[in-house]
Amino acid sequence: MSQINHHISDALLLEYAAGSLEEGWSLAVATHLALCPDCRKRLTLMEATGGALMEDIEPERAPDAEKASWESMLRRLKAEPVEQPVSEPDTAQTLAVNDQAVPEPLRSYIGGSLDNVGWRRAGIGAAQYRIPVEGDINVRLLRVGPGRPLPEHGHGGRELTLILHGCYHCDDEAFGPGDFSEEDEDTVHEPVVTPDGECICLIVTDAPLKFRSRIMRAFQPLLGI
Amino acid sequence: MTLCLVRTGRSRDVASFERLFVYFGPRIRSYMLKRALDGPLAEELMQETMMMVWRKASMFDPQRGNASAWVFTLARNVMIDNLRKAKRPQFDPNDPAFVPDAPEPPDSHFEQDESAKRMRQALSTLPKEQAELLHMSFFEDISHSMIAEKTNLPLGTVKSRIRAAFSKLRSTLGEER
Ligand SMILES: [Zn+2]
Repeated sequence: MSQINHHISDALLLEYAAGSLEEGWSLAVATHLALCPDCRKRLTLMEATGGALMEDIEPERAPDAEKASWESMLRRLKAEPVEQPVSEPDTAQTLAVNDQAVPEPLRSYIGGSLDNVGWRRAGIGAAQYRIPVEGDINVRLLRVGPGRPLPEHGHGGRELTLILHGCYHCDDEAFGPGDFSEEDEDTVHEPVVTPDGECICLIVTDAPLKFRSRIMRAFQPLLGI
Repeated sequence: MTLCLVRTGRSRDVASFERLFVYFGPRIRSYMLKRALDGPLAEELMQETMMMVWRKASMFDPQRGNASAWVFTLARNVMIDNLRKAKRPQFDPNDPAFVPDAPEPPDSHFEQDESAKRMRQALSTLPKEQAELLHMSFFEDISHSMIAEKTNLPLGTVKSRIRAAFSKLRSTLGEER
């Protein structure tokens, strides 16, 4: 993986660390984390913060109640089968050496590599694949051909983009594999895929995208995005 | 507590585990109570979390963080499974496509000696409004946009305070970046 330049914001990462983030958003966050030691380090600090805040809570119960609680814990311990240490699950499968390899947790959601995804056409030079998740969150892979714009849109809600393959430019900034982009204001941006190859990204949104450009608006009913 | 956790993992020592239970049990229960608002349920989820501590203690690595941080992540995951009944996609360090950490230079020390005590001291240096936001983030089941509504702050302010809080914590803990 090349250098990652665009990371998860503190606010979003904190929602993940605190356990308040729904499945769809978490999928994009956790997949970036698999690729990015820097953000994992920031996550570690946040989890240590959660631990410290939890430690700071003043316990409030009567000693008797605590004793009863421990006795009930002991009963559970005794019911536990002896020596059955939980070890890390063995995921020693080998991946095809392939720059389209997608890390967990996303890989399980798409059933393997990007090659096997059941792409559906989504307009000219673009294809998409919807990933079902809980709640009102729209998660999909988008695959856009070289030199083509990603569908332009303005939006009311949050939108996360994680690049899995290829590159695009957006407002004079370059985004490549592993880069993470986060929008939640009513911004209009128009990423354009670099001419040297196609771009595949994971896009998570909480509102149907509203296309702005006149041409795209004509396509919107067909695309069902 | 870190030592007790290591002993619990290595030798299945019930006395060490009892010390962990006495210390963390009431705190985990209070954490669950804040999110569940139901006493018996909070007790049950605390017991479930402590069961996880017992089962997984051998996987705790003191090089990677302190005991309270580790126990917190277990409590949080029990809370998500049982309370929010949600899935929480997680990265898998054993996954062949996982990008591992670069080897740490020997004097970089966040993971190694970030004792719980230093962490709590650093937290106590935060301005009140930042500390309150962190509290709400961890103890209430609400998103930052809901926090913004509740506190009558623009969402941008909530986010910039969170950013300021962590940049202060990082610099207090000597980890500038
Ligand atoms: Zn990152």
